[in-house]
Amino acid sequence: MDVIPYTVEERKDTGVFNAKLGIWLFLASEVMLFGALFSTYVILRIGAEHWPHGASLLNVPIGTFNTAVLITSSVTMVFSWTSLKENNFARFKNFLGITILLALLFLVVKSFEYGAKFEHHHFPKESTFLAIYFTLTGLHALHIIGGIVVLTYFWGPGSKMWETQADRFTNRIEIVGLYWHFVDLVWIFLFPILYLL
Amino acid sequence: MSNEHHEHKLPFWQKYLFSTDHKTIGIQYGVTSLSFLLFGFFLMMLMRWQLAYPEQAIPFIGKFFGEDRAPGGVMVPTFYNELGAMHGTIMVFLGVVPMGVGCFGNLIVPLQLGAPDMAFPKLNMASYWVFLVGGLTMLVSFFLPGGAANSGWTAYPPLANFATIGQTVWILGMVFLITSSLLGAVNFLTTIIQLRAEGLTFMRLPFFVWGQLITSLLLLLAFPPLEAAGILQLMDRVAHTSFFLPSGLLVSGQPLEVSGGGSVLLWQHLFWFLGHPEVYVILLPAIGIVTEILANNIRKPLWGYKTMVYSVIFLGFMSFIVWAHHMYLTGMGTAISAFFQATTMIISIPSVIVLTCLAISLWGGSIRFNIPMLFTLAFIPMFAMGGLTGLPLGLAAPDVYLHDTYYVIGHFHYVVAPGVIFALFAGIYYWFPKFTGRKMNDLLGHLHFWPTLVLMNCIFFPMLLQGLAGVSRRLYDGGATYAHAQGVLHMNEFVSISAWILGLAQIPFILNLLWSMVKPKNVDSDNPWQSTTLEWQTPTPPGHGNFKELPVVYRGPYEYSVPGASEDFTPQNIKDIK
Repeated sequence: MDVIPYTVEERKDTGVFNAKLGIWLFLASEVMLFGALFSTYVILRIGAEHWPHGASLLNVPIGTFNTAVLITSSVTMVFSWTSLKENNFARFKNFLGITILLALLFLVVKSFEYGAKFEHHHFPKESTFLAIYFTLTGLHALHIIGGIVVLTYFWGPGSKMWETQADRFTNRIEIVGLYWHFVDLVWIFLFPILYLL
Repeated sequence: MSNEHHEHKLPFWQKYLFSTDHKTIGIQYGVTSLSFLLFGFFLMMLMRWQLAYPEQAIPFIGKFFGEDRAPGGVMVPTFYNELGAMHGTIMVFLGVVPMGVGCFGNLIVPLQLGAPDMAFPKLNMASYWVFLVGGLTMLVSFFLPGGAANSGWTAYPPLANFATIGQTVWILGMVFLITSSLLGAVNFLTTIIQLRAEGLTFMRLPFFVWGQLITSLLLLLAFPPLEAAGILQLMDRVAHTSFFLPSGLLVSGQPLEVSGGGSVLLWQHLFWFLGHPEVYVILLPAIGIVTEILANNIRKPLWGYKTMVYSVIFLGFMSFIVWAHHMYLTGMGTAISAFFQATTMIISIPSVIVLTCLAISLWGGSIRFNIPMLFTLAFIPMFAMGGLTGLPLGLAAPDVYLHDTYYVIGHFHYVVAPGVIFALFAGIYYWFPKFTGRKMNDLLGHLHFWPTLVLMNCIFFPMLLQGLAGVSRRLYDGGATYAHAQGVLHMNEFVSISAWILGLAQIPFILNLLWSMVKPKNVDSDNPWQSTTLEWQTPTPPGHGNFKELPVVYRGPYEYSVPGASEDFTPQNIKDIK
């Protein structure tokens, strides 16, 4: 007996397979991580004598563009999963490829934003606002990079599993999708508090 | 059987080193964390020399610490601080928690659930190796210029912001440890929720599993804020931000060249948001272990199983809203203090309920006084001592006097040392036969238990008295230069000598552990303690995949002395009472 149950099929009384529960638990801890950082933002802003308006330091149109890029990547992520559900592996590859490219586009835009800040000598140590801006967006970018690594694995070598264990592979795409939506969601909170408020 | 087949197939490195088997990983955690516990204990024994004989050269080994740390064998203050910070860090994050969760959780949880392994075996392996990297990072930091972290295990800013490079490496080490416990927590929660055997409902779970379930929930949700705090401190130290540096801060009389606007209290809030749940992360696996052993050795059903379960669930939730009782002296305001002392008094209720259930369970039982049971029976009053001495600290008014005195040290060491560590010892003696087919020696067990029990009290009780006299903690000379400490100063020598003898008293245990691994097998039965839970219904030692066939559960965890049964124990997987 060494086959672990419920890796693919759902357990009747809980209604989920193992990895789906696992990813939700992981996301719960991520909520606590970003929750602590958002709380830090609130506490420092309340205690500050002067807090710059985000738009005076950051480029709102570029931020809006990046928001649109991430939301679109979430949509293509869902399409890649539904393609597997419909047994269309080629379409899955296309949509997952687009998701990865959009994620890369987000990072490229972000790095130009960072570069522009550094050019104007806006470093984290200049002010509390810049400190929290670089910390929050930097940590978010790390999550994007982690997501790209995993998505690329499933697009490339990891996709071989489709031929042998199609259901299990579809589950994997579902849970990495959940992670991807979470990363997207974090940005949807980050964008207004840093750029707009 | 597939068991045999699998074990022959795996090469050495895969079976013992990079194993995905929960039992091997549990033993890896056990060996590593016991080594760290011993190492952390050595650090403390060095500190005790400085406290008992300030300004005197450390005999024999003093010359090995170099001119920076101990010129002429006499410890310098920064070395003392380094030892203090690392003793705390190692004991908590590398010793007690990985022993209770990583070792016992891994070894026992899947077996008690009737599961073939953890839900995510590869993740399980990863969590051990990330833990080991974190531990080694902490060890390596001793060799950095300026030594390891020396700002206390709580790493309060602004002190920690300006500490030597060791502090940066400490943060990196903590990030590894937090990642490891996060992977572990996800794995344990999924395993317990998903892999319960057929018929094993939540209210039939052994109490140990409940303890691990709540522990994992706390690890999952309380550790990330510390990770956030670590990231912010890392930014402060590396990118020179001012998250924890207020405007106008002077260091050595000079204004700092920083942007300011930060908050030192922010660190304390984030740290203790982890710090208090961490107390229960330490405690709940221990309570789980003693409950299993107690239920087994009273030979009758546990009194108040459901009450205990509801108590620990409540305890888990409450532990998230008591953190600021560590901060009454920070000037955060009386309204906040009032809130947190109310929640602190409330959280003591479920702890008392659990202990009371255990104590009442003893009544009318035909108790077997074997070695695991001795440690268990000692746990109850010793942990109660730790808990009761905590009440004055939870109230804002007495805490004004007691805060940061030796009373605090005495209090939490009563909880952790003769409390939790006794439970860990009990667990080792109790489950050893399952994984080796050998019982540990009784005589050596007695030689370990009795001196340890007496000496623990010789060490920590005087600390309570010193604290009541007002002696502050973290003093390099143990209070020798303070007038109000003179009356209790003589206790330092007594405490230190007790601590060193306590070190000697662990030798029987170490010998027993090593010898019991190699001596001829002396246990024939798969269930030598006549226990009811599922971990004893496997072959000894359990093979890869644990059970020959997945068990089905028909009854609760502690059905001892069931009327009409031919034996005084009825395992959970027995359908009809014969």
